Amino acid sequence: MNEQSLKELSLLATRARMGILSATHAAGSGHPGGSLSSADVLTYLYFKEMQVYPARPDWPERDRFVLSKGHCAPGLYAVLALKGFFPEEELTTLRKIGSRLQGHPDMHKTPGVDFSTGSLGQGISAAAGMALAAKREGKNLRVYTLLGDGEIQEGQVWEALMFARHYQLDNFCVIIDNNNLQIDGSIEQVMSPYPIADKLTAFGCRTLPIDGHDFEQIEEAFETARKTKGVPSAILMKTTKGKGVSFMENQVGWHGKAPNDEQYAQGMAELSARLAALKGEE
Amino acid sequence: MEIKKIATREAYGKALAELGAQHPDIYVLDADLAEATKTILFREAFPERHIDCGIAEGNMMAAAAGMAAMGLVPFVSTFAMFAAGRAFEQVRNSIAHTLANVKICATHGGITVGEDGASHQCNEDIALMRTLPGMVVMCPSDAVEARAAVQAAYAHKGPVYIRFGRFAVPVIHEEDALFQIGKGEVLRDGKDIAILATGLMTAEALKAAELLAAEGIQARVINLGTIKPLDEELVLAAARDCGKILTCEEHSVIGGLGEAVCALLAEKEPCPVRRMGMQDAFGTSGPAAGLLEHFHLTGADIARAAQEMV
Repeated sequence: MNEQSLKELSLLATRARMGILSATHAAGSGHPGGSLSSADVLTYLYFKEMQVYPARPDWPERDRFVLSKGHCAPGLYAVLALKGFFPEEELTTLRKIGSRLQGHPDMHKTPGVDFSTGSLGQGISAAAGMALAAKREGKNLRVYTLLGDGEIQEGQVWEALMFARHYQLDNFCVIIDNNNLQIDGSIEQVMSPYPIADKLTAFGCRTLPIDGHDFEQIEEAFETARKTKGVPSAILMKTTKGKGVSFMENQVGWHGKAPNDEQYAQGMAELSARLAALKGEE
Repeated sequence: MEIKKIATREAYGKALAELGAQHPDIYVLDADLAEATKTILFREAFPERHIDCGIAEGNMMAAAAGMAAMGLVPFVSTFAMFAAGRAFEQVRNSIAHTLANVKICATHGGITVGEDGASHQCNEDIALMRTLPGMVVMCPSDAVEARAAVQAAYAHKGPVYIRFGRFAVPVIHEEDALFQIGKGEVLRDGKDIAILATGLMTAEALKAAELLAAEGIQARVINLGTIKPLDEELVLAAARDCGKILTCEEHSVIGGLGEAVCALLAEKEPCPVRRMGMQDAFGTSGPAAGLLEHFHLTGADIARAAQEMV
């Protein structure tokens, strides 16, 4: 990846993180932790990887994305707004009555949302169904889905992986945000899904372990996934929950809590400084 | 005269294969039960459009919703117990809430599953599916209505639940009978009492009306092939004209046709109602016909109950 692309992606991801803070702060609730840990991969997907056009959100041949960990809607909304699916100012309507931005993604309300999710373990199945439909109908498109590492405790996730392997869905790419934290504690404490990579491989996936905050590794993983034939790909991203906001990083308490005014100001100041530093490099 | 008997699941399988020939957007998903649900008939005709999902109903329901989001029309089949029961939350969140154009065609509803016993005799599916906003709930009474229901389900945009049975039941409709979602039908007129039935209980209700007629009681028999949306006009007219209502369903009296009718009448046309069905009980193993007798769901039982009310 060249310097210019790397810088552009870093700038966009930082702006996405600011959107996440603005949205959850305005809502007074929501899930910043996992939105921040997945902000980089979401940015990469919408700005580099997927064939999607905000002017035609319903274009039938577009690539599809399903946020299986639907509670990280603020992360998805922030990136969709940056991409131009709806105005960035709308982010602060999150979770309010009448808003197009529901607490969890709603395909009938928000432009750019391909499937409604929120109940963990279901989005991956819907995405697998989309990939199968695309294959059987001869459509040359790819389907991506993002899961939390706590989410993979749901048995349905493994049903979906079996299905994806059985039907050789090589147009299907599962991404797991391994930030290691869930509501009640670390994932090892609550119900360990480790060793995750071994399990994904045992279920027949092309498993691609990466650092989920390194755009070069993200790019390489998606390129490998694209070239993989006959089996689905699973990108297992090691990430930091709350990434980019110092006091939220690696703190289990920031799974589902909005920043108050003071925390919001501090977080935005940190991200603004990051933005300025990135711009200053020019 | 010999009365022809066909299981509604059999009619479903045939109707699906017929419909598949006309509509290339129909896909069928099954969970290792294609022989029993009769989707095997579709699979034989269109193997590339039949997706066996294995014994994993939750994934199957949500995958069907994903296929619908791609513009296809998935028909999803398994036993009622697993379609409405086990996968309820997938149906709720991935199908009903997304208004997915998925047709859930559940076979083996009710106690006439027979020998397999209580674990497989789903008497709660209609109650569960009725609670979901936008879900159409149908329960055809015979093979003719079953075929028509499958066609109507395809023509309807949005989620549909249809309950079919395992047990061979009398064909009570003419081949060319018309069927419309949300419309019931008066199969026999009368003014002394109205018997409202769905599924295989409709044939039993007709038997009851014969028995009652011999006693000088004229019963109106109404078949309600759609439970949601309920044919309110027809039910209210029955209450006005007959003043007494007897509901019959091969389902729990909690949450099914009987309660749907009671809720409507309580608000708009109060009158005495008696609900026949499974009285807050699980089923048990045994031959289907024997179970209908055991749980007092035969034509003779209905006639007795009606006589008590008149």
